[in-house]
Amino acid sequence: MLEKIMNMDRRVIFILVALVVIFPTLVPVRMPITVSEPTRNLYDFIEALPSGSTIMIAFDYGPSSLAEPEPMAKAVMQHCFSKGIKIIGMTLLPNTPTLAHKLMRKIAAENNAVYGEDYVFLGYRPGTLQVILGMGTDISSVFETDYENKTVDEIPMMENITNYDQIDLLLDLASGSTTETWIIYANTRYGLKIAAGVTAVIIAQMYPYLQTGQLIGLMPGYLGAAEYEKLLNAPGDGTIGLNTATYAHLLIIGLVILGNIAFFIQRRREG
Amino acid sequence: MEIIGIWVAAFLTLCIYSFLYRDNPFYRFAEHLFVGISVGYIIIINIHQGVIPLAWEPLSEAISALWAEIVGTTTPETRNALWGLFRILPIAIGLLFFARLSPRHTWLIRYPIAILIGFGAGVAIPNVLQANIFAQTRGTIEPFAAINAGTLSAWDTFGAILIAIGVICTLTYFFFSVEHRGPVKWASKVGIGFLMIGFGAAFGNTVMGRLALLIHRVGFLLNDWLGSFGAFFG
Repeated sequence: MLEKIMNMDRRVIFILVALVVIFPTLVPVRMPITVSEPTRNLYDFIEALPSGSTIMIAFDYGPSSLAEPEPMAKAVMQHCFSKGIKIIGMTLLPNTPTLAHKLMRKIAAENNAVYGEDYVFLGYRPGTLQVILGMGTDISSVFETDYENKTVDEIPMMENITNYDQIDLLLDLASGSTTETWIIYANTRYGLKIAAGVTAVIIAQMYPYLQTGQLIGLMPGYLGAAEYEKLLNAPGDGTIGLNTATYAHLLIIGLVILGNIAFFIQRRREG
Repeated sequence: MEIIGIWVAAFLTLCIYSFLYRDNPFYRFAEHLFVGISVGYIIIINIHQGVIPLAWEPLSEAISALWAEIVGTTTPETRNALWGLFRILPIAIGLLFFARLSPRHTWLIRYPIAILIGFGAGVAIPNVLQANIFAQTRGTIEPFAAINAGTLSAWDTFGAILIAIGVICTLTYFFFSVEHRGPVKWASKVGIGFLMIGFGAAFGNTVMGRLALLIHRVGFLLNDWLGSFGAFFG
């Protein structure tokens, strides 16, 4: 038995993980969700903004990592549109503009938001540093036209927006190191308030910035999306994903414990 | 059309996951297709969102404005467009990257690289120091002022002390100018403990992130792909 556990074919684990993911997807079971302080801070910040405020969302994730940031984007955009907060979308990654533009259009249509009045998508420009620093001086010097090729200065929503001074918050939805770049250049140099929604892989890197106040809020992976959806009382993809992930985590924890027990028993027998 | 997209995506997803059984031609086909399409897409996006709006359009408008100036049909708009001529300088410097293609002119690439490194270092050093060293140091020390003033709760006081111990011990581990003996050895051992906890948290989060990708794909296969069977065969 011990030998079998120690030499278990990795494909058995793959099948177990697949089953644990498939069953909750087919038969959803709602797990209790407790909202963490970083997510609540972001929600409270947006909640406290008056109607007509502007936030910028940087869609800094690609097609291969959209599983976690997309539910966050949906929840935050829904919140903003419901409160009359305007959204400027943009991205620092070249493979994201189509994804982000499509998502903004979809959520805006569901909330009766009008392009150019309630939201705008600027698109992508090459050169991360130059884009972040350039927008600190003049957004239209970096994005002369938006993603739909409209002159930015002629978009009604952008009339009174020149640079970061008119933006109340930047939310970076990231799957890489872009949040750190935004903090280093936009927050440190221009004092722009920054919050982040990041994939689970980079959560640990973000906590030091929360402790110092360089990030005003943080949505960590599926958990962050589910927590934000709970605060909005609108369960969505984040809640479904988190419920499914919980079962998979339990399986992995069980396998880690089993593997360790088998390892120590075997070592004792050999010793 | 959308259904065809769903079926293509489902086929490629299954091709990629077939690697879990073992390496096979379907997996390699999907992998090569992904790499090729990604590179092609990124190049086209960079041309359309970068080269055309930032270089081509302003420069061609400036050249037209210059011609209008020469033939005497100038207007305030064309005069304003003349500023685009200044873009020749950065465009020319950028084009020097292609000097790499000619062995005789390779040396010219030093100029754009020197400018990039000079700009990058000049912008990065003060901001990175401010954001990652000064602000983090302040964040570690600041709670002690609150402890001194008696405004920090017991739990937060514990957290602040733990963070300070973690920072000092972890830095001690990377301090190689002194032999790790006596108290230094013990401090560096505690530092290793903090590092291991950090790596463990990062690994746990990585597992969580990878599972999220699987959950998203399984959701797509079960809901979108299987859901499209009726429309596809109906």
